[in-house]
This record gives sequence, structure tokens and C-alpha cells, in this order.
Amino acid sequence: MLSLCQIKTCLPAILRSREFKLRALLGASVLALAACTNVPLEEVAVQDRAGTSVSTLQPGNAAGGSTSGAAGGGVAGVEVAGSDKAQPGALNRVVFFDFDSFEIRPEFASVLEANAKYLAADGSRRLALEGHTDERGGREYNLALGQKRAEAVRRAMSLLGVRDAQMEAVSFGEEKPSLGGFDEAAFAKNRRVELTYR
Amino acid sequence: MTRFDPKAQTRRRQLLGAAVASIPLMVWPARDALAQFRVEVSGVGLTQFPFSVVGFRGNDAASEDIAAIVRADLERSGQFRFVPAATGGLDETSRPDLAPWRDKGADSLVTGSVTRLADGRFDVRFRLWDVVRGQDLGGLSYPVTQQTLRLAAHRIADYAYEKLTGEKGVFSTRIAYVTKAGTRYTLWVADADGEGARSALSSPEPIISPNWAPGGAQLAYVSFEARKPVIYAHDVASGKRRLLANFRGSNSAPAWSPDGRQLVATLSLSGNAQIYLVGADGAEPKRLTQTSSIDTEPVFSPDGKSIYFVSDRGGSPQIYRMDAGGGNVKRLTFNGNYNISPAPSPDGRWLAFISRVNGAFRLHLLELSTGTVSAISETSADERPSFAPNSRMIIYATRDKGQDALMTTSLDGRIKSRLAGAQGDIREPAWGPFQR
Repeated sequence: MLSLCQIKTCLPAILRSREFKLRALLGASVLALAACTNVPLEEVAVQDRAGTSVSTLQPGNAAGGSTSGAAGGGVAGVEVAGSDKAQPGALNRVVFFDFDSFEIRPEFASVLEANAKYLAADGSRRLALEGHTDERGGREYNLALGQKRAEAVRRAMSLLGVRDAQMEAVSFGEEKPSLGGFDEAAFAKNRRVELTYR
Repeated sequence: MTRFDPKAQTRRRQLLGAAVASIPLMVWPARDALAQFRVEVSGVGLTQFPFSVVGFRGNDAASEDIAAIVRADLERSGQFRFVPAATGGLDETSRPDLAPWRDKGADSLVTGSVTRLADGRFDVRFRLWDVVRGQDLGGLSYPVTQQTLRLAAHRIADYAYEKLTGEKGVFSTRIAYVTKAGTRYTLWVADADGEGARSALSSPEPIISPNWAPGGAQLAYVSFEARKPVIYAHDVASGKRRLLANFRGSNSAPAWSPDGRQLVATLSLSGNAQIYLVGADGAEPKRLTQTSSIDTEPVFSPDGKSIYFVSDRGGSPQIYRMDAGGGNVKRLTFNGNYNISPAPSPDGRWLAFISRVNGAFRLHLLELSTGTVSAISETSADERPSFAPNSRMIIYATRDKGQDALMTTSLDGRIKSRLAGAQGDIREPAWGPFQR
């Protein structure tokens, strides 16, 4: 087990930058499993055991010649634990989007207003605006599309007076569909921004 | 050591190519020896070396069938066609009578043995024969543990591949991929045939976009374990991880520079997805694109001088190229309105990418010098191509017979193999570099 202190020492300067949120790691325990031993693959000359016309061979030739261990086993597993924060139960926290759209539909104005009020009342609360897409298309491109939705909600919240320091727009792309299935009903439920308190 | 004349091999390959070119594309039925390794090869290549491998003498004592692994490796490359054994009872010390092999049409033959050593290891030996010229093309001995028997077999396949094609084999390289089982996401490192997978990272939150550092010791990837996309670098042998990018918003799509000193990545510091240069040492990121559009999936060209990326600045996602320092942007794809996931070949000749055609996401190949584009799959949910380090094969994710799968394909799309691996959702393949 690595303690939090050990984790901190592993991390580069980025950890100390103002952008880094230590909170994110607090809930995560990082378990380093015992490293598998690397077994180098050696190559040696074949002895002419049968006395036939077989040639004697030199090690380290065109067969790859590697004696470095990296090719063998050499994978140490790491396990990450989850962390979930309690959410205010009374608030509706999901905004749905039309296909290929980043516009907030009028019916969701009240959702944003209620959450903006909640944040104004408690300056210590932090809100993540988590953008999601449906499952069609590439993962990275969908991550960028989800970011665009999250950003649209962030701008709307900003207009409602929420301070930038209290919210962060992030994206899960297509990775966390709220509904399985590969039809328009599922797709429509998955094109969304979730407002999650941290 | 016997001399080898590559010209003779090339000539023979050309002759052979002419001979089999008329065989139509067909599906090869799964055969027992292959089924054991769950490698399904379909299609027939234009130019294939007929070869044979006889069962290694003494192999019964070991847990892996060396000859079957060598055969599956060579077949999967698309450049070899297996010819069933003419005679048995051979090993690396025998000088076989090559006439029956010649009659069967095998141009080359691998023989060998597996011997249990006193310390519990196995001595795996082989010899490669040029059947046509009656020449010994050399052989080697690999004293290995039970755990590295497969690697010895892959090394033998690499040896044969290099002797017979003149190019380096990739069978002893590694791949990374991600599986999702229930709510558990696991990043795996496996042999290039998908076997021998070992878990590098296991998490309750998604893991995407693994990318091998030059040299193959580290992976960069995006993990959502902090409830947002954050880029890590991960030393595979030790499991030691460090943050590469954890900035406000999303951090994704990492790709190493050829010298391993920096990465390109997508950050949303400006609100939208933009491309940045990030130091491998955690230096302050430098913004490379300045648009209000989506710019993502950056990847260096093999010479490090330019960056391929995806942008919707023209109204739909298309692939572009810019200078490594940003600027001098040139659009590369023009067919269709959805072209993503550029993957340049290590030799700089090709760019693999995914294009949406009539609603189907298909693997395509762009020849950079001519601009010629060809579709090399007939599936509809292809994702994330990645080139083998010798530029002769591509690995990609797809759906095959209703299941998520990893496939390898030859560049002409004629030989495809479905790779083994863990059950369930399997995705995000990344082919590692040659091992030093």
C-alpha cells in the first residue's frame, strides 16, 4: 500500500500547481501489487549435438537479440478504489440535449436556476458539470463533444451568478451512458450534462 | 552461419504473388491448432510465403505448443501460408530430407525441440530451413521459464519472419488494451497475439486512450478515477504512476513525441478542446491550436516534425496536419463528414483513420505521398487504429459477430485476425514499439 504521502512524492510539479485538486486523490487508495520478476530471454549458441552439418550459431543476432527484461512479464498491477460523494437529494441535476446539439432547452432553465441558488446559499459547495454523449462515434471526439455540452451549462450557470471557482466543466464523453442499448431512446437519455456536487 | 540471399527470396515472393493472385477472397474455417489460441484468420493475401512448422520434439512436457504459436504468428501477419507437415520426428539437430516438403509446396520449414532443464526451465531450440535451396537459415536456443515459453515462440516467429521477408517481425512486441467487465475497467498489457495478458491498472472508472512511450517501458493514458479525465504516465514494470496533466476541465488524448520528452494532448483550459504540448517532466503546457472549435486526437508524425489531429473547424470532424510547433495547418481528409482517430505508420508512409460511411464507422488507410484512400474493413463499428512497429499490420477495435473485439489486419485488408483476450467489452488497443 502506498500512503498518501508516498503518492505525493511520486507526483511531479503539477501536483503543486494551483490546478491540481488533491481532493480527487483523497478517496483513492493506490495498491501496488508485487512486481512480477522480469525474466530476460537469453540466446545462446546451439550446440551441434547430432554431429550433422548444422551450423553453430551466435547469440544476439537477427532473432531480436534482446536480453532486456521488458519484453517478458514485467507488468505490475495497480488497483484504484472508487469514491462517491453524497448529493443533495431535493435537486434535479440532469440536463438533456438534442442530437448533435449543445443548446440548453428552455425546459431545463429551472434545473439550472435551482442549482445556482443552492450554490449561492453555500459558498463552500463545488459543482462538477459532467458532459456526456451517446455511444456513436469515436471516444476521444465524443469526449470533446461532451466538454462542449458541459461548457454550455457552465456559461449558463455563470450568467445565473455562479462563481467560476465553484464549478468545473468536465467530460465523460461516451464512457458513462445512463442507459444501455443502441437505439434513439437510449441515445437521447445519454446526451446529457450531470450536475454533480463534489 | 549460413549466408542468406534476400534477392532470391524477393524473386520467389514475386513469382508466388503471381501464382496466388487469382484466388478470390475467402473465409478460412477455424482449425483446431488455431482454435487453441483463439486466433481466427480470414482471407487470403496476395503474396504469401508457403511455410511449415513441425511439432517441436519434447513439447508435450511444456504448457505451450511452440509450433502452433509460431504458425499462428506467421499466418496472422498475412504474409505466410501454412503448409501441413510432410513428415514428423524432426528437431533442430536433424538435417531433414527436404524433397517431401518441396513436393508439398513449402518454401521454408521450422523444426525444433523443447527440453526440460535441471533447474526447471525449458530450453527451446529451433532451426529454419530454406526448402527450395536446401539451406540452413540458422537457429537459436532460448532457455526460458514456463512463463516465458510464449515469448520464446514469438521470438522464433520473429526470426523466421525477418529471414524470409527481410523486415523485422513484431510477434514479440506487446499491445495494451482496455476491458470493461461489470463496473470494472482494466488496462492490460499482452503479447502481440492478445495472449498472456497482465493487468496494469484496474479501476471502477473508465480508462481510455493508452499510448506507448518510445522504448515501451511506459504508457500514458486517460483515467477517470478522479471523476474527470486526467492523464497519467505509468511505468509498466513497476506500476509506478505519475500525473502528466490534471488541469481544470478535461485532459485527454495523450501521445508521446518520438524522443519521449514531451507529449501532445487535448486540454479544455480555454473551455473547448484544444491541443497542447505537455512536457513529460510536468512542465507548463504550451497551446498549439487557437480555435473556438474542437481540436483533438493529436499524434506526432514519426519524424516528430508535424502533428496529425482532428478538428471540426470546417463544420465536421476532419483530419488535419500542422507543424510540431503549431501553425501551417493543412486538411488531409475530404471524403465524408466524419473522419477521426489518425494513426501514422512508423515508416511515415501511411495514415490509418476511421471514416463514417453511410452510418458505418470503418477503418481506412491514406497513402500520404499520393493522397489515395482505401477502406480496409467491412465492419461498422471500427475504432482507434494503431500500427505495428514494422508498419505492416494495424490493430483496431470493432464489433464482430455481436461482440466487441480486437482485430489485426494487413494493410491491404485481406488478412484479418480476431485477437484473444479477456471476456466482455474489449477496446482501446495500442501496439507497443519494438523492445530494446
